[in-house]
Amino acid sequence: METNRRSFLKIGGLCTLGLATLPIHELLAKTDLPRVASNPEAFHGKQWAMVVDMRKCWEKGKAGCKDCIDACHKVHNVPEMGNVKEEIKWLWTDNYENVFPGQGNPYNIENLRGKPFLALCNHCANPPCVRVCPTQATFKRADGITMMDMHRCIGCRFCMAACPFGARSFNFREPRPYIPELNMAYPTRERGVVEKCEFCSERLEVGLMPACVEACKVGGLAFGDLADPKSNVRKLLASNYTIRRKPELGTEPNVYYIVS
Amino acid sequence: MLERAFKGDQRYFRWLMLLLVLMGMGFASYLVQLNRGLTITGLSRDVSWGFYIAQFTFLVGVAASAVMVVLPYYLHNVKVFGRITILGEFLAVASVTMCLLFIIVDLGKPMRLLNVLLYPTPNSILFWDMIVLNGYLFLNIIIGWNVLEAERKGVHYPGWVKPLIYLSIPWAVSIHTVTAFLYAGLPGRHYWLTAIMAARFLASAFCSGPALLILLAYLVKKYTKFDPGKEAIDKLSIIATYAMVISVFFVGLEFFTAFYSKIPSHMEALKYLFVGLEGHRTLVPFMWLFAILAVVALVLLINPNTRKNEKTLKIACAAVFLSMWLEKGMGLVIAGFIPNPFDHVREYSPTIPELMIVLGVWATGFFILSVLYKIATTIKEETA
Repeated sequence: METNRRSFLKIGGLCTLGLATLPIHELLAKTDLPRVASNPEAFHGKQWAMVVDMRKCWEKGKAGCKDCIDACHKVHNVPEMGNVKEEIKWLWTDNYENVFPGQGNPYNIENLRGKPFLALCNHCANPPCVRVCPTQATFKRADGITMMDMHRCIGCRFCMAACPFGARSFNFREPRPYIPELNMAYPTRERGVVEKCEFCSERLEVGLMPACVEACKVGGLAFGDLADPKSNVRKLLASNYTIRRKPELGTEPNVYYIVS
Repeated sequence: MLERAFKGDQRYFRWLMLLLVLMGMGFASYLVQLNRGLTITGLSRDVSWGFYIAQFTFLVGVAASAVMVVLPYYLHNVKVFGRITILGEFLAVASVTMCLLFIIVDLGKPMRLLNVLLYPTPNSILFWDMIVLNGYLFLNIIIGWNVLEAERKGVHYPGWVKPLIYLSIPWAVSIHTVTAFLYAGLPGRHYWLTAIMAARFLASAFCSGPALLILLAYLVKKYTKFDPGKEAIDKLSIIATYAMVISVFFVGLEFFTAFYSKIPSHMEALKYLFVGLEGHRTLVPFMWLFAILAVVALVLLINPNTRKNEKTLKIACAAVFLSMWLEKGMGLVIAGFIPNPFDHVREYSPTIPELMIVLGVWATGFFILSVLYKIATTIKEETA
């Protein structure tokens, strides 16, 4: 097809005119229905939360079991960077005195020595990371999940400075070559953005429990809606003594731990 | 006016060439960083801000200090500062430019920088920092340029500049207050979580800035026919003295609160800086150098004989600038991340490419400063 300046401008003008009718169309075709149908299988909650039962993990789980971590990192294409400096982790373990700094005494530290404690994003009800983000690339969802928009993040790492739980990792280099086994059903990230646990929002959407919860063979992880008094997490919280990480900071973490 | 920047002696152009070479080297290193990511820096998951952000923080102070010549001149009619307000304003322009460059080189996704404007987020302090820094840059360019142009023409500057000058005074305070708020409002970073952070920032700014301005005034006096005047330097040195005393006093307050309360999380960062923590002591020699330089500066500044002597005043100013750079342009930002939220000590030290980028940005700042000072001093020579 031959194109000259005149026909190019004509087509361009027509296209612009066409676009101009878009608001009219939206006005006439206005509806309360959502633009995208939600999955009927999806789980709905007002404040998702997790209860980590460390007793089950230690007593029933095999020593050195990493099922939950492996499942999470595999499903979410979390790269293995191979060094502490650039490490990327969504779910991991550390010692009691490190996960709960300031709460240990020489005796309980001794009793718990060598026992792993799970750490992950706390999906705080009052998250400092969301407060400081200059682009709303990290934001709070209506269901209580603290979410990341990897396409909006400018990589300023203010959220990493603001998070008192060390839950956030930065892609210092191109992460894709370091993904052991690519899961085509979940996006990978680029270098220069921050990432963290997202409470498996993509799985809740299709009626699946978070990958770590599903992977734990001893039922050490419980996930549910705090706003629902009949939920499993509320039952666990009602019948057990639980602790949270750094409650004095007022961020209101939504990950609870049963220690004994 | 700009044409005056293109006429100069050989020494001037050699100096600019040297800066251009450094800028080129920094830019080349930045291209490597752009290609490979921030992995080329010493930054880590645990110390996620380092030299770039520390330089930014320090230079915001240098920029804010222009107010120390503008305020006395316009509000208190201190005539001797009339000759050097332009030096302060142009120093602010160069410093803020460096600040903005340091932010850009620190970003993981610099091509998305405009997201900050596209999705304005008033609850983020970084959003406000962007507004106050850019505002301050434009205020100083507009004020400096118009006042200088009026001086060249031998007329009074236009009336509309005056409100901008008054606005620039609280604005200078705002840039450093907002920058302090970047740190002072974060839960869990105990070294930064102090109500006197903004006050500390302003005090250290008002000594390091005037100290640099005094050194620059001596350089201008040596290499041009424009003499900023002994009285102006005397007044500036008194300002630097008071600010330095307050600055060191504030550091002392931090020590008292931490070590008298004996709350471990409050003591840890200070211990890391001055004696080392769990065997990690990379910054210890630098922090002791800070302490020694601060004492030297105080002794030379408080004693009127050494303060009024050109030679010892220069040493004192260099000591002020270097000590405050060590304290703020290095220790403060890095120690905020140590120990990490898991009580592990993971240290940070910059890499060679990282330092090259830092050097490149400083060279850019000094390039801008040299060109602006060339224009200003040439006009001062012409109208003298």
